[in-house]
Amino acid sequence: MLSVLKAIWAVLLHMFRPRVTVQYPEERPHIPPRWRGRIILSRDPDGEERCVACYLCAVACPVDCIALQATEDGHGRRYPEFFRINFSRCIFCGFCEEACPTYAIQLTTDFEMGEYVRQNLVYEKEHLLISGTGKYPGYNFYRVAGLSVKGKDKGQAENEEPPVDLKSLLPGRMESEQ
Amino acid sequence: MDGKKTVTIYVEGKPHQVEEGKNLLDACLSLGYDIPYFCWHPAMHSVGACRQCAVKQFRDEKDTRGRIVMSCMTPAADGTRISINDPEAVKFRASVIEWLMTNHPHDCPVCDEGGECHLQDMTVMTGHSYRRFRSRKRTHRNQYLGPFVNHEMNRCIACYRCVRFYNDYAGGRDFGVFGAHNYVYFGRYKDGVLENEFSGNLVEVCPTGVFTDKTLKRHYTRKWDLQTAPSICVHCGLGCNTIPGERYGTLRRIRNRYNGEINGYFICDRGRYGYEFINNENRFRFPVRLERHGDGEKTGTFGSGEVIPHIKSILQRARGVIGIGSPRASLEANFALRRLVGKERFYQGTSAGEARIMADIVNILGNGPARTPSLRETESCDAVFVLGEDLTNTAPRMALALRQSVMQQPARLAAGMKIPRWDDKGFREAVQNNKGPLYIAHPHGTKLDDAAAAVFRGAPEDIARLGFAVANLLDDNAPGPVKDLPGEASSLAEEIARALENAEKPLVISGASLKTPALIHAAANIAFALVKKGKPACLSYAAPECNSMGLSLMGGAPMEDALKTVQAGEADTVIILENDILAGQMAPDQAEALLSARNVILIDHLPGRTSSMAGIILPASTFAEGSGTFINSEGRAQRFYKVFDPSGDIQESWRWLRDIMVDMAYPGASGWLTLDDIVSSLSAEIPGLRAVANAAPPEGFRMAGMKIPRQPHRYSGRTSMNAALNVHEPKPAEDHDSPLTFSMEGYAGQPPSPLIPRFWAPAWNSAQAVNKFQPEVNGPLRGGDPGVRLFEPKENALMDYFGKEIPQAFTPEKERLFAVPVYHIFGSEPLSSLSPAIAGRIPAPYIALRPEDAEKMRVPEGHVIELPPFGSLSVRIDGSLPEGLAGIPYGLPGLKDMELPAWINSPAAAKKGGQ
Ligand code: SF4
Ligand code: SF4
Ligand code: SF4
Ligand code: SF4
Ligand code: FES
Repeated sequence: MLSVLKAIWAVLLHMFRPRVTVQYPEERPHIPPRWRGRIILSRDPDGEERCVACYLCAVACPVDCIALQATEDGHGRRYPEFFRINFSRCIFCGFCEEACPTYAIQLTTDFEMGEYVRQNLVYEKEHLLISGTGKYPGYNFYRVAGLSVKGKDKGQAENEEPPVDLKSLLPGRMESEQ
Repeated sequence: MDGKKTVTIYVEGKPHQVEEGKNLLDACLSLGYDIPYFCWHPAMHSVGACRQCAVKQFRDEKDTRGRIVMSCMTPAADGTRISINDPEAVKFRASVIEWLMTNHPHDCPVCDEGGECHLQDMTVMTGHSYRRFRSRKRTHRNQYLGPFVNHEMNRCIACYRCVRFYNDYAGGRDFGVFGAHNYVYFGRYKDGVLENEFSGNLVEVCPTGVFTDKTLKRHYTRKWDLQTAPSICVHCGLGCNTIPGERYGTLRRIRNRYNGEINGYFICDRGRYGYEFINNENRFRFPVRLERHGDGEKTGTFGSGEVIPHIKSILQRARGVIGIGSPRASLEANFALRRLVGKERFYQGTSAGEARIMADIVNILGNGPARTPSLRETESCDAVFVLGEDLTNTAPRMALALRQSVMQQPARLAAGMKIPRWDDKGFREAVQNNKGPLYIAHPHGTKLDDAAAAVFRGAPEDIARLGFAVANLLDDNAPGPVKDLPGEASSLAEEIARALENAEKPLVISGASLKTPALIHAAANIAFALVKKGKPACLSYAAPECNSMGLSLMGGAPMEDALKTVQAGEADTVIILENDILAGQMAPDQAEALLSARNVILIDHLPGRTSSMAGIILPASTFAEGSGTFINSEGRAQRFYKVFDPSGDIQESWRWLRDIMVDMAYPGASGWLTLDDIVSSLSAEIPGLRAVANAAPPEGFRMAGMKIPRQPHRYSGRTSMNAALNVHEPKPAEDHDSPLTFSMEGYAGQPPSPLIPRFWAPAWNSAQAVNKFQPEVNGPLRGGDPGVRLFEPKENALMDYFGKEIPQAFTPEKERLFAVPVYHIFGSEPLSSLSPAIAGRIPAPYIALRPEDAEKMRVPEGHVIELPPFGSLSVRIDGSLPEGLAGIPYGLPGLKDMELPAWINSPAAAKKGGQ
């Protein structure tokens, strides 16, 4: 008897508290920029695909919902032939973003991904790839890597000497001597 | 430690017993300690180039200061005291790696070595994680090295392993180190195809991503994403152990699977790069029917469940059914066919010549007194005589073993100077160019000749005569003396006899490739004579195909007899198992006659010449899509396991044959549900194959109640790889044939050696992880190396000498040439030839002529001549051929074959067709 009265009292008190229910979608909640929502693939500042198909996001993913296949263009630049995320499995943990060495894969503030058909939650590269750099402007992996790609020969990456001339007998050029 | 002396060493103050004569690195790794290293390799020993393996050594208990030594260059002598964890040693190692990394490119994400990189592993092991060096990195240009190996020189840490393997271990000559100081460069003197047949091992030998697998690059997958299973190479008779890896339904690469008795750390390029035939888009995936109406041909597939009843009705109406087996198909497949058609109607899918040679070999090894050595033992033989086998091209890994065996006698020289074998630089300095006795008798020059003490050139008969002469010199009771042996040959025979007699462990090698039984017999006689003298003589025969030995042990008449049966009207239906009989083995007209039987049913994986004449084709699994057993040339039965579940109706050949038998109500056939069922049937029925059942653990075997996963525990994309087709994940395939599972779940530790799907251990992601699977580094795998040997010489076994009639000396003729088959590692084996990388290395059909003959015919090098039945051949001048001989490549795709060796009309007569 007493417990019932207690419960009624509690309900009564709640009637005077402020409302927390948000009238979504009319009213938009505040989403912090580091929110882990829909995953995208970004491009580097030159507008090329950032993803180098290294498979690190795929192996980091605890639910194994990322699958891709690496391929190369004619000049040694590696990129994904296909890149698929099964969002019906994704738990938005952000491990893929943490694992990505190129800032290609990023989680965004968009969480409105509801679908009536589960199959529609399978996103391919064309659904994932955006045209900008996303959260991380500036970084271009291929400008740092030693691999040569179109428009960047050996020795033209950041912090690189020109390629060694093997036929030369002169001792190596040291940084301090320049 | 089988009778070897042990010494006590102290690691971190703890005493350990280790085998005498090792270095500290080897000893510590064997004890299970982790010491980072780069330049040391278990098969290539130490040179002390990288300075990564530093440890602290103390003089005695009282010494607390100690000094830094390189563990790979310090003997594990009695009483040695070391510390791996000493702070100064730890710091030293960390600075070594930091310094190695100063020039290292920022490449891991796009580096094919990533995830199985020894440099990554060692960097993590030493704790270097942050780049402090701010100066510029030196860069290099890469080279084009051919279709097998990719070059990315920026990643080099100058450990020298590649040159030491390629030049010192494998005898390569077109590779080296160039430049000086931090400019050193490892490659060829200019762009070009790496010539050595073992170049693919650079991929595993190099601890970094300088050399990577170029075929893998085209469908790149990380090691952690590959589904793998223990497998056996199908591209020659040696049966090297391999690890094929699959992803998304296609095979991505082959890696070496360490087997201490066979391939050790290395396989040949045919074995590594021959796999892509499996991914061929023309593979049969469903049963096919081919109907011929007049001129027109119609192909169609069968609906599910239709084909077996259809075959049943054919077989029931047939007037006699015969089966053609295959030296490339598993024991189980051949056995199932033999059961279906009956023992008398089962024919070996090989020519009479080859079948007879293989039967002789089985008899000699099974009943004779000489032991057939494993490749590991081959390496330890100190005098070798090769009769008529171009090993580099017919049994490549054996040629690599012989390059080590010639170091046996010089090793005594070094031992006399007290230089341990592991001190590789010192050892090679001490032995200089000394080589132990290796004698090669072959019709033409071979790649191994540079390692030989002397070579002999002659027709197959003359080589056999040389062999008989050697045997007779060793034992008077052996047939001989050989009459009219030319002076040179007889003095060579004496030299060889003396070398074999004085050796501690002599070895005689021959094989089936020249199709000359006298060679087999001569080799046996030499080995028998040596055994009589009390020598532990070894006798090796190279078998032509991966299961030639198994097929021969099963028995059956050769293919020519099958044709007779068909022509006599005793059979009108032929079932052919995994064999393209039109493309080899038999004269084309004979094969065609056989294929014109009323019903031809083919069970195979790829279209070939035979399949165009078959009425029904059943899609068979390749080695990667099914499980089974092969017997290698040593007589070792080895199990290979299904790597992935193929698409379509593909299944093991034995399962197709079983389905037919079940439908036809054969007694016992419905009991063949799993591989174990058929293995136990065959080992019970065929006396020589009793031990096959012990080749690997049965299906019911479990580790801690669990199966062994084919997928690494980091396998990715499980819930996404098939999601494009259907978001609901399919049930994983089941495996009723083995203790392995198509899953990443299961037993996480080390399984028994025949079941090791990949080498991986915590902190050891690269191929170097093998050391965690061996109780002694470079020794057998834990629990013994995989496979069971079927041949062991019995106590006091005796066998009569062969060759009451020694062959007549070869006499050259004026108008004709005696053509011998010339084998090519890339081209002479049909399955690997279908792989694009290998296809790029196959020579165009040619005829090898002596300069004298070519001059007489007035055909210059490169001139194209028409020579029936072979077709167009370009002329190659080969000064090594003896008089009266010509060479024609064996089994090249597109070359119309006849069985060689044979007399051919001198091409001069046919020359008109040329340019
Ligand atoms: S981790 Fe980044 S670069 Fe690597 S595959 Fe994933 S998205 Fe691409
Ligand atoms: S060699 Fe190893 S450490 Fe170097 S880039 Fe390749 S994976 Fe990374
Ligand atoms: S290429 Fe590889 S094996 Fe050769 S020295 Fe460089 S790192 Fe060592
Ligand atoms: S030697 Fe023979 S068995 Fe070994 S890898 Fe080469 S082809 Fe395969
Ligand atoms: S492993 Fe000892 S110095 Fe390289």
